[in-house]
Amino acid sequence: MRAAEAQYVKLTPKTFPKGPDSLASGHRACQGCGEVLALRLMMKALGTDFIAVSATGCMEVCTAPFPQSAWRVPWIHVAFENAAAVASGVESALHALRRKKRAPEKRIPVVAFAGDGGTADIGIQALSGALERQHEDFIYVCLDNEAYMNTGIQRSSETPFGANTTTSPSGTKSKGQNTWKKNMAAIAAAHGIPYVATGSPAYHLDLMNKIRRAAAVHGPAYLHVYAPCPTGWRMKPELSVESAKLVVTTRIFPIYEVLDGEYVLNRKIDNPTPIEDYLKIQGRFKHLKPEDIDYIRGRVNQEYERIERLAAAFPVSAGA
Amino acid sequence: MAKLVGMEVSVAVAEAARLCDTDVVAAYPITPQTHIVEHLSELVANGHLDAEYIPVESEQSAMSSCIGAAAAGARTFTATSSQGLALMNEMVFIAPVLRLPIVLAIANRALSAPINIWNDHSDIMTIRDSGWISLFAENGQEALDMTILSFRIGEDPRVSLPVTMNIDGFTLSHFIEPIDMPEIEAVRKFLPPWKPLVQLDIGAPISIGLLGTPESYTEARKATDNVLVASKPVVVESFEAFKAQFGREYKVVETYKAEGAETLLLTMGSISETAMTAIDEMREAGESVGLVRIRLWRPFPSEELLKVLLPAKNVAVIDRHIMMGTPDGPVAVEVKSLLYDAPNRPNVSNFVLGLGGRDVTRDDFKYITKRAKEFKGSPSARYELVGVWE
Amino acid sequence: MPKEIDALQKVGDLPIGFTAKPGSTLEFKTGDWRSVRPKLDREKCIYCGFCYIYCPDGVYQDMGDKEKWYKPDFDYCKGCGVCAHQCPKKCIEMVLEEV
Repeated sequence: MRAAEAQYVKLTPKTFPKGPDSLASGHRACQGCGEVLALRLMMKALGTDFIAVSATGCMEVCTAPFPQSAWRVPWIHVAFENAAAVASGVESALHALRRKKRAPEKRIPVVAFAGDGGTADIGIQALSGALERQHEDFIYVCLDNEAYMNTGIQRSSETPFGANTTTSPSGTKSKGQNTWKKNMAAIAAAHGIPYVATGSPAYHLDLMNKIRRAAAVHGPAYLHVYAPCPTGWRMKPELSVESAKLVVTTRIFPIYEVLDGEYVLNRKIDNPTPIEDYLKIQGRFKHLKPEDIDYIRGRVNQEYERIERLAAAFPVSAGA
Repeated sequence: MAKLVGMEVSVAVAEAARLCDTDVVAAYPITPQTHIVEHLSELVANGHLDAEYIPVESEQSAMSSCIGAAAAGARTFTATSSQGLALMNEMVFIAPVLRLPIVLAIANRALSAPINIWNDHSDIMTIRDSGWISLFAENGQEALDMTILSFRIGEDPRVSLPVTMNIDGFTLSHFIEPIDMPEIEAVRKFLPPWKPLVQLDIGAPISIGLLGTPESYTEARKATDNVLVASKPVVVESFEAFKAQFGREYKVVETYKAEGAETLLLTMGSISETAMTAIDEMREAGESVGLVRIRLWRPFPSEELLKVLLPAKNVAVIDRHIMMGTPDGPVAVEVKSLLYDAPNRPNVSNFVLGLGGRDVTRDDFKYITKRAKEFKGSPSARYELVGVWE
Repeated sequence: MPKEIDALQKVGDLPIGFTAKPGSTLEFKTGDWRSVRPKLDREKCIYCGFCYIYCPDGVYQDMGDKEKWYKPDFDYCKGCGVCAHQCPKKCIEMVLEEV
């Protein structure tokens, strides 16, 4: 079955789930944490019939300090780099047990949540293996806050160009992070999996419907989710969702889907917000000079237009 | 008389996993373990074993997937060696605390560097303190029986811990030996379906793998240690139940001509068979020598060892691993620590040999017996790396 | 006494496998992290639900079609101000927590 044909009920403003969150309050995420917001919204979209796997990181530490847990679904954390492999094991076990009549006859999505370090750096091998093996009921969510926040804001391969982190500090000989963000969605899509999507918590219904589609698709799904981090980005906590909106309207983080290899651009940005509006609210970019910002703008547009062209190449896709 | 089948020992281990109705196998190839998982994938491919075989991309993921699968309630098996076990190391230390009875067959192989695919015990020693139950097999029949026992012991609700079943790489894993293959019904009777104590279940959600702060870390580790230590009577009981069902008798510490022997050789694994032949020859020549073989390495069988070692005059502990920076091998450290407080303790000497697949011969055991009797001086002086050219 | 002290449990009392019950962070009240609190002007509120949707801590509760507003649970509200910032009618004000 094609990914675009996977059956699921789309959430609308009217059908937004108002019941208790699948992630309980009382977790220790920082004030204004956009990562826990993205997690909460996606869990809300899935309900309670799924199994969650976490990589080590902010979300794991702040949701599950013994003897408490914020998770209202079955949840397991093992280590940093292996969320995809742990989820593979859970998923395979459910298949075996179902076949042997030792588990209920129903699909249970297994959802791995990891940060950008746990996904794009230390976890990329386990993730690649899991995607390549085409696990049927497997969803992998990268909650990308663009650095190792849990260990104190060190750079990762997802840290954006120019950002100041504790291991990519700006200085007399450095602009901060000197590499461009690794394109994990493209890497995931290159595995030939049925569903890849990017999302932002500011576009909550879009994000929530993406994970619902991911759960409906037969085969692995990869979601790359923008996760604002006021603490690590030196940003006011109340601007968390605002930054998650600006990152899309500036074209910095296009939100799109890849259904069986076909690109669908979910938010076309014809008149982008000036990228300064996004950069200036975050202390991590405050050292950038106008020429650095010009460079970023150029590269951002180039990347956005690439996605736009890819989407234009598949005009008949049923995904949108 | 049971019907014996000629079979490669690796194949016998895989067949044991089939007899045990394994649900999930997650494995990565590494010499000399590969024949085990190759055969398992064949069994799955031909429908002889109804399991999910996850061809993971590394041993790190193999153990991670095993942890995930076991947490979901599946009977889970994997196998590895050497570098593979080293790569698994991080996850190996996690499984016991989560109380997941994964069975891991290790075809023991030397650790790099230099890279070497042959047998010694340096791999298993890296997970010595991890909380796994650790069994050693001496021959093919034991390898099959210990695999079945690993599931039974690990899944016992009083235990619920992962188990390693060790066989020497090549010198045991690749040998073809006569195997008494038990009937599947008998194995299923011996090993009833597993009832997990900890399980990911949407009907009764729990959280597994929490952050342990300084307020709880010590207690969590101690709780695991308590269970590991308390598993020994279950191991003994399981061996007895195995004997009642299948007729073959196993002990946590095995002995050969040890009673009344002046000198005892202490071994683990398949070199014990060579040692027994050497002992026969030495006995014929009038030497008072016997063998003690550790089958259960973890939890360490202190009481059983004390009982057999104390009457001897000399104990020669044979290690298959250099513990760099200390004057003893890992087994000797345990034995010396065990005997330290004992009155009239025997002289303990330590011999390291058979590293990276170097042959261990009957002559080596004769030499060791002679040296064990000669050794004088402080305990730290009673150490020899046998056969090293320097 | 701080709630974390619950982590001190005797070895024999620990749950098997060091597990936790679902949703049990509710025992931990994060409300005392707060220095400012959201104050809602119900006259201006249009019951759009953005405060409920965008609260990272899930502290807002839907009061239903009759009352038509969302009520924050101050046991957990950390005072981040996202609700106030996202409110399209600007009817939530962050006011200093009274000590």
